[in-house]
Order: sequence, then C-alpha cells, then structure tokens
Amino acid sequence: MRPVIEQSAAELARAVGAKEISARDVIEATLAQIDAVDGSVGAYITSLHEMARASALAVDRRIAAGEKMRLAGVPVAVKDNMCLAGTRTTCGSKILGDWIAPYTATAVQRIIEAGGIPVGKSNLDEFAMGSSCENSARGITRNPLALDRVPGGSSGGSAAAVASRQAVVGLGSDTGGSIREPAAFCGVTGFKPTYGRVSRYGLIAFASSLDQIGPLARTVEDAALIYEVMAGHDGMDSTSIDRDVEPAVTAMRSDLRGLRIGIVKEFDTGKLGHEIDALYKRAFADLRKLGADLVDVSLPTAEFGLATYYLIAPAECSSNLARFDGVRYGLRVDGADVGEMYERTRAAGFGPEVKRRILIGTYALSSGYYDAYYVKAQKVRTLIARDFQRAFEECDLIACPAASSPAFGFNAKSDPYSMYLMDYYTIPMSLAGLPALSVPCGSVTGEGAHEPLPMGLQLCGPLFSECALLGAAHAYEQASQHAKEYKLAI
Amino acid sequence: MPSQEIDIRYVAKLARIALTDEEVEVFGRQLGDLLGHVEALSELDTASIAATAQVVESRNVEREDVVSGCLERERVLEMAPQAQGVYFRVPRIIAEET
Repeated sequence: MRPVIEQSAAELARAVGAKEISARDVIEATLAQIDAVDGSVGAYITSLHEMARASALAVDRRIAAGEKMRLAGVPVAVKDNMCLAGTRTTCGSKILGDWIAPYTATAVQRIIEAGGIPVGKSNLDEFAMGSSCENSARGITRNPLALDRVPGGSSGGSAAAVASRQAVVGLGSDTGGSIREPAAFCGVTGFKPTYGRVSRYGLIAFASSLDQIGPLARTVEDAALIYEVMAGHDGMDSTSIDRDVEPAVTAMRSDLRGLRIGIVKEFDTGKLGHEIDALYKRAFADLRKLGADLVDVSLPTAEFGLATYYLIAPAECSSNLARFDGVRYGLRVDGADVGEMYERTRAAGFGPEVKRRILIGTYALSSGYYDAYYVKAQKVRTLIARDFQRAFEECDLIACPAASSPAFGFNAKSDPYSMYLMDYYTIPMSLAGLPALSVPCGSVTGEGAHEPLPMGLQLCGPLFSECALLGAAHAYEQASQHAKEYKLAI
Repeated sequence: MPSQEIDIRYVAKLARIALTDEEVEVFGRQLGDLLGHVEALSELDTASIAATAQVVESRNVEREDVVSGCLERERVLEMAPQAQGVYFRVPRIIAEET
C-alpha cells in the first residue's frame, strides 16, 4: 500500500470505511507531514492538531457504529475565509484579530458530516484579494514545487497544502480565478463550480455575485467527490441554487469522443512565448487524440473581462467589507468619536491591496460615477455572458490556459495591474458564472527557474455542466498523467 | 467615461479609512492608472444592453415567519472588541446638550 499521505480521498475513505486503517492513523500521518514540512511551506495560518485528533476519534466511532461516510477520515485544508466553529478565522487579515468563528460554513459542515476532517486553516491573500498569497498579513506561503516562488492565490495555502501532502484535499474560494490559478501553480486540480452551486453561508464575503467555493485536489476524481459532497441547496444562502446535483463521481470518462471542445480565437497562446505556446498546442492536440472535435470559437468581449471585474469586484468588496468597523469583530483602534474609531481601525486593520480595492469600489459606486463605472461594467458583464452562450452553441466545453505564466518569484509583481493580469484567462468565466477547472498539463522552464514549473489547462462549460466538465478533465488527466512529472522541493 | 483627478481623500472619507499622506499619493496614482485601463470599456456600445447583477436566475426567497435557532449571543459578544452586558460597546454617538 502506498503511504497514507499519498493516497486519494476516494482510496482513504474506502480503506477507513472498511476498517483497514483508522481515521486516527490517517490524521496522525497527516499531522506528522504538517510538522515536517509546513515550516518551509507555510500553507497553514492555523493548524488544528487537537481538533483533528478529536474528530478522527469521532469518525472511528461512527465507523464502528456502522455508519457509511463518503469522506471517512479524509484530511481537509480549509481556506481561512471559511468559518469553522471554535477555530480562529482570519481571512489573512489583521482586522479580524484572533476572532473565533461562532458557527461553521455550510460547505465545511457537509464535509465534516461526510467524515472529512479539517486539519488546518490555510493561508490566502487578505480577504481573497490577490493571486500570490503575498497579500496575507499572516505570512507568506511558498510553492512546494519551487520554494523561491509563490503558490498562486488567493487559495494558495490550500493548493500548497494539497500539493505537499499536508492534506488530501483542500477547500478554496474563487472570485476571479482564486482556485484555478493556485491549482495551476502548484500542479494540482482546482475546480470552481457554477455560481450558486455550493452555499456561501459562512464564507466571509469578498464579491458576493462572484464568490464560489470549490475543491483543490490531486486527482479530478477527488475534486468531483468533494464537489458532490458540498454542492446543493442551502436555505442559509439565498443565492444558493435549488436544483438537483447530478452525481459527478460516476461521470468520469476515459475518452472525449463525441465532445466538441472550443479553442478561443482571442486567447492566442502565441502571445505567451514559444515554450508556453507549444505546451498548450500539445494539450489541445492531446484532447483531439482522445476523440474530441476541436472547433474555433470566438469570445470577442472576453478581453474586457479584466476591466469589468476590477469595477464589479471592488464595488461589491467595498460594500461587504464595510462590516469590519471595530464594533463586532477583532480589532478596534480607539478614536475621539465613533467616526474616528472606524477610520483608525480600518486604517490599521486592512492591508494595502484591500484598501486599494475598497477605494476603487467606493469611487465606482459614488454619486456621479455609479452609471459610468459600475452600471457600465454590469452591462459589459451581460455581453461577456452572451459571448459564452453563443460559443456554447458551437461547442460543449472550452479549453484555454489557466494562467499566462507559471509560478513567479516573490515580489515579482510590484505594480498592482501586473498582478491583476494573472487572472486574464479565469475572470471571464467568473463574470459569466460558469463552472471551470484547471488540470495539470505539463511544465515549462520559468524565467530564472531551477526546476520545471507546472502549468494548468483550463476547461470551462455552460452553467451546470459540472459533470461533463469533470468527466472530460478526468479523461485528459488519466491519459496525460502530467501530475506525475511534478517533483516536490521539500 | 469621466477621467478627472480622483479626490482620494474624499473617497477615503466615504470608505471610512484614514490614509497617510504617502498612501494618498500612492493610492491616488494607482487608482488613476487602473481607471485608465477601465476606460477601454467605453469602446463598447451598451446603450441597449441590460445590466447583469446576478448571472444565474434567482428569485426572492421567502419563508414562514417562525422563530428558529440563531447564534448564541454570548459566543458572539465574546468576540467583540468591547461588550457590556448584552450589547456591543461603542464610543459615545449622541452628545449631551450643553
């Protein structure tokens, strides 16, 4: 048997369910790995050793009592913007201080009910705003495949934890690419379901019309399993979709026959340099070899995605983050009156990127600019969604890069806009609410890199096409086996 | 689209964030740059296009008006920077008449 920490969630849950191994042993092996490597990776803001041990005992008791659980004993990294009752939840910010969540997010609760065991709260860019985890006020996370590089973001802690075997699966949230980009950088699979598929109750809000929780995993099948457990209607989230969740795990395919996969004319990979261009051309050719028909599609307004996103997301963030005012949670800096207390608390509690986005959003929503910026962006959002609808008349899925480069070095993106550009390929799908994932598609030699760096192939489908998407990704993953090329640097 | 100088101090006032002089300079420049990129949206004719606030069709959610469980007050107040009795404590908002 392969070491416990190398096994998939599906394998572990089966073995724990069959009493071949106890949940306790799985958790001890995982905690030992955290103790061994997290000092150099920094995936977790808070590790949950004691809670995880207690949960493992509870799972073993449930197994002994005859209960069947789909995630029995599976160690899970939970992004630190999701509430887990009794644990510190920081959002990678100073403003929450040592705030302890008084309740558990629905998505996390469903994982726990299925026997999954949170082992740590993972690092993120502050309030999920960033693409490298460098914006966290709680320290940096290193890419476990190249320690001098970022893990991506904002769900970089969960991606790094999963890649470095400090969890079998991770939970992330994706607003403009925050699951897909770190998955690509760390050589794992990251899946953002259709907007509204997974409840956002207990996910501390960044941009409510875009935020969506999804899994990071070392196999597509594990991503499908975690998705299936989390998805479905929740009365606690009024935007949660009341629609049956089709079984995803059984939708895995071994070929792509009969599928039309669209290659986006406007996403010319030739712009990304010879090596990356060749990598994606090879990935597209591999899709064809598996039986897919490749068709050219056009998303003429996709290039406006970034500008649209950087009005809509900050506008929603400026509104959502108004709640952090020194009254109810965490940090307070006193002032002469309540107004000064608000201003000083927020000045001390938020980092530069969060302040920047609150200011952009406040400006875009302010009197005199609302129509010109916010409403204009919402109208362009309509155009972008329509482009996808038209494209999906010609194809079943779309394939394109997950990010324009592999993982970059620390402090490499000093200008905010150059960081925003990292999400060029993932933002249009977010604006249209579409399900999309990144699956390993090989590696390239990054600028100044000592080792090959992973790249991700993004696949995207129409609303609610999760099963088709995961099934196709599985076929590609199994045929290409790119994840096996990746070597940990720890 | 408007493209005048942003009064960053006014925006920060609306956003309730105290900024240092250095932040006023840096954020002012960065916001100006970003809005420069955003100008590209004006190329698109959206006169007859409806705004999208929510991509997946949703409707208002209602429920029976019955009392159900909620967060424990003590647990919530424990996490507040300052609490007194069953209340969040804040600096004085209404001054006594002098």
